[in-house]
Amino acid sequence: MSNKTLQAIFDDDDVLLSAVKDLRAAEYHIEEIFTPFPVHGLEKAVGLPNTRIAIMAFIYGVIGFSFAVWMMNYMMIADWPQNIGGKPSFSFAENMPAFVPIMFELTVFFAAHLMVITFYMRSKLWPFKKAENPDPRTTDDHFMIEIAVADDVNALEDLLKKAGAKEIKIKA
Amino acid sequence: MYSFSKKLKISAIVFMILGALGIAYGFLTIPNSIEEVKQLTEQQNQGHNEANAANVIEQNPNHAVENGKEVSEAAKTEHLTHALHSFQNRPYAAIFIAMFFFFMIALGTLAFYAIQYASQAGWSIVLFRVMEGITAYLLPGSLFILAFLIISVANGHYFYIWMNPEYYNPQSELYDEILVGKSWWLNVPFWMVRTFIFLLGWNIYRYFAVKNSLAQDAGVDLTHYKKNFKASVFFLLFFAVTESMMAWDWIMSLTPHWLSTLFGWYVFSTLFVSSITVIAMVTIYLKSKGFLPQVNNSHFHDLAKFMFGFSIFWTYLWFSQFMLIWYANMPEETAYFTPRLLGPYQLLFMGMLLSNFVFPLLLLMNSDFKRIPWFIISTGIIILLGHYVDIFVMISPATVGNHWQIGIPEISSILFFLGLFIYVVFNALTKSPLNAKGNPFIKESEHFHY
Repeated sequence: MSNKTLQAIFDDDDVLLSAVKDLRAAEYHIEEIFTPFPVHGLEKAVGLPNTRIAIMAFIYGVIGFSFAVWMMNYMMIADWPQNIGGKPSFSFAENMPAFVPIMFELTVFFAAHLMVITFYMRSKLWPFKKAENPDPRTTDDHFMIEIAVADDVNALEDLLKKAGAKEIKIKA
Repeated sequence: MYSFSKKLKISAIVFMILGALGIAYGFLTIPNSIEEVKQLTEQQNQGHNEANAANVIEQNPNHAVENGKEVSEAAKTEHLTHALHSFQNRPYAAIFIAMFFFFMIALGTLAFYAIQYASQAGWSIVLFRVMEGITAYLLPGSLFILAFLIISVANGHYFYIWMNPEYYNPQSELYDEILVGKSWWLNVPFWMVRTFIFLLGWNIYRYFAVKNSLAQDAGVDLTHYKKNFKASVFFLLFFAVTESMMAWDWIMSLTPHWLSTLFGWYVFSTLFVSSITVIAMVTIYLKSKGFLPQVNNSHFHDLAKFMFGFSIFWTYLWFSQFMLIWYANMPEETAYFTPRLLGPYQLLFMGMLLSNFVFPLLLLMNSDFKRIPWFIISTGIIILLGHYVDIFVMISPATVGNHWQIGIPEISSILFFLGLFIYVVFNALTKSPLNAKGNPFIKESEHFHY
């Protein structure tokens, strides 16, 4: 099998979606799809597994909450329990209402920021990253499907033309 | 068309009969004299001596000296008279809590319904007839509230203590300058007039909204829909103001020395989350019986999201009210939370946080769980129980004080109003087709998919 990639360009998201369904029905392997905006239902049509980032966010939130509880228990109750304005610093429970705003904020802080960083790492995004779009038009108003192909591409080209592709290129 | 199942109808009627019997029992077993109260309190004290520690925190300073020390005969009698009033209040409080609980579900559903109209929501149209059915309880509920308030006025001043004329008499020992200062607002005639206006306004909107909604089914143009849109906007304005005042008048005035600026919204959050829960439960019930083919699990998902979101909203307001008062610890404000946080209501007060916040938070966070009917139903039951306790903790400390129990009067009142609620709501659902087919958004709602 040679390392050839076929690039099919579409100019409409509905046509793109039906082309994806045709390709899946014909059991072609879709390498990548480039779109200028989120196309609803595309990930379902391609058959991508669900994201687990919400689960990670929950775990990060729990970590942030635990960190806040530990931090304030250590600082306000264990390390130096001063009498500040008559607040009961005898135990964590007695002074808990005063800590809730911080517990809440740190939960949100950890959940939000660590989730975003996880997203950057998993999708390999960083400031000096080299852009990977194969055709600048895919950031404006065109859609592109990349398919890995063997030597015989005629059948695939026919299928894509019928599905409504505007342009078909083959890259070695 | 929905047909009221025999089983449900009979159980509703059985609930009402059992409830009525239990309520009657509650009134018949009220102690009539100080002697009876003496016996009752002795029985209770044998049971739980450790509760005496909590007794110290009773609002009346005369009670505090009771433990171990010698107390004058006059103070003892005063204490017992106070206890007698608490015991006499118990069946009234039990009825008021259950009555208000089911009334606020109908009222909250009406507010939710108006919001769906005013915001031109596209997903909820298939649920409109369910909501209209639930709000059918508004009228009987209002009549019960009105009757109760009239009886509490006629019955003297034990339930709403600010009605005691002695507080306003400069010659009296009880003369209370704070209550005199508030008497321009808290006086019986004005209070009754306000109550009447609230109930009238809400019922008028409900009457015309349902009438227009049904007329729209046959309509060829959008006249009735547009009328309802306008009516809903004005109702929401009216509701926002009157709901707050209702909370001051009916609930906050039970503790007339205490005030909280966000109390109205706090009551609103309780009312709103309970009614969304009931909408979800009735919808799931009707769907399971095959009467709502156009409802899919995306509608359940949206309702469950509202249950989740407003449970957290409730917690936010609960905590905001509690924490500001706890933090500043001003005596006239903390008097409200002392019996609740440290006194005999501690278990209920902390327990409702579990069922109103922790359970919904953890159970309804997952997107998949929000589509599973039995999951929504079981979380819904926890939420409703929690909000009953919430109302209980708002009302009981001011009316029955330390002598609270969840016994026959309380459970019977719940049963009676639950039976009435089920009967009225499901009876109303049989009156009109369950699909609001004339609504301009009905197609979108039927195809709603999340």
